[in-house]
Amino acid sequence: MPSEAGVGSREIVIEVLRYRSDTDSRPVPQRYRVPFTNDMSVLQGLQYIKDHLDGTLSFRWSCRMAICGSCGMMIDAEPKLACMTFLRDYHPGPLRIEPLTHFPIERDLVVTVGGFVKKIENIYPYLIPKTPRRLDEGEYLQTPTQLAQYESFSDCINCMLCYAACPQFGENPDFIGPGAMALLQRYNGDSRDGAQAKRMELVHTENGAWSCTAVGYCSEVCPKQVDPANAVNQNKTRSALDFFLRFLRPAHSGGAASNGDAR
Amino acid sequence: MKRSVAPVFWLLFGAGGMLAALTGPALVVITGLAAPTGIGLSPDFMSFARALSFVHNPFGKVILFGIIVLFFWHGAERIFLTLRDMHAGGRLTLMWICYGTAGVLTFVTVAALTMIGV
Amino acid sequence: MNGPRSYLRRTDTLWWARRTYLAYTLREATGIAVAGYAFILLAGLISLANGERAYDVWLNFLKSPWSLALHLLFLIAMVVHVWTWFKIMPKTMPRLVIGRRIVTQNEITAAGIVVAVAAFIVILLVAECVQP
Repeated sequence: MPSEAGVGSREIVIEVLRYRSDTDSRPVPQRYRVPFTNDMSVLQGLQYIKDHLDGTLSFRWSCRMAICGSCGMMIDAEPKLACMTFLRDYHPGPLRIEPLTHFPIERDLVVTVGGFVKKIENIYPYLIPKTPRRLDEGEYLQTPTQLAQYESFSDCINCMLCYAACPQFGENPDFIGPGAMALLQRYNGDSRDGAQAKRMELVHTENGAWSCTAVGYCSEVCPKQVDPANAVNQNKTRSALDFFLRFLRPAHSGGAASNGDAR
Repeated sequence: MKRSVAPVFWLLFGAGGMLAALTGPALVVITGLAAPTGIGLSPDFMSFARALSFVHNPFGKVILFGIIVLFFWHGAERIFLTLRDMHAGGRLTLMWICYGTAGVLTFVTVAALTMIGV
Repeated sequence: MNGPRSYLRRTDTLWWARRTYLAYTLREATGIAVAGYAFILLAGLISLANGERAYDVWLNFLKSPWSLALHLLFLIAMVVHVWTWFKIMPKTMPRLVIGRRIVTQNEITAAGIVVAVAAFIVILLVAECVQP
């Protein structure tokens, strides 16, 4: 029975965790039968539900091509982007879809991102030049080797899958977490940046690098190979050394060692 | 912002972990399997006289101290984190239990090495 | 920050026992073996300090099937420790760039394991050389 959406004859059962904040006292699962073709993503499945079965279903999405970071959700208990996960891999279902774990649910699959945004704000997420230059002095130069130090950390799309993967973030919502730490390292590892000491103050705290226990699952679920576990754990090493080396530095500088300074 | 004290324990954990990764399997094979059974090593490998002269040697002392103490601190960190994951108790309580045990055993190790003397 | 009616699910307190995190929990459990082995060495040291008779009790314990089984378990745990230790080691390091090429984490892991195997062989050889 081909439908107007041009979907195929195969059908999959999708079970979505619903939470309608105005009427539900707690989240409840709801099942839908969704016809699909081989090339349909989980996101397209959800769009089919919204367009043809239940217009009240809420979820975030934008680009459909794994670059906006909006459609992160738990797909069969794993944090994934709905746009780069395919229905065919879960046929015949039931495929369980839930909002990203560890985050408060606003409605259905939409979670609260305020806490994450606040964390990003706190890490000075911009270049603070080591030596300010006037416009007529030209650009800040950087070698390919210097770029390689932080390049992957600049690929983060803020999808928050790593936070859903991190049990220590689940235990301690104040933990800065893998994503924000990757962004922090993106700047701290940049040879042009001079604000390492400022950012390290946060790293040194219990909610900084020290809430991490190197589970490593954050890097496994990252859709962009940012490797946030590397960002957090190399800062653990840096923070641990700084804990003792600070006593050897001249008294006035409370700053932190960083590879940015060394290179 | 308040610095965490975790670096102290993490560095001990790291030193013990690296030492265990490089020497652990060989040590277990030697002292736990080969020497007691006499397979591959002389049954007298760890005889009283040999063990005593090993500990009398300052290098022997340092080696034993390093291995025993760092292995304890390595284990203490991992056991502490796992117990915390398991919600076995409050963070401070578990820290006292795990690091406290490692601290006491460090003291006992020093005492035993001192008692044996030179 | 949260909506007026946002819903926070309870954290799963048994997450460490779930399939996703089981490898992590087992990795951490190797710490029990490392500390346990140190405990046996310390027991030997204490008995050594208490004279030959006490030391022989410890030596006889080492010969018991219980001890051999325990040490076999320790050995397995130590091997898991070696593997997982060098698996995470590259995560604790800044990007290593030689020439213009980033050294991959797998290469760092492999190098670590090669060193560990070499150390294993060297220590056993030394033990062979110094035996009576």
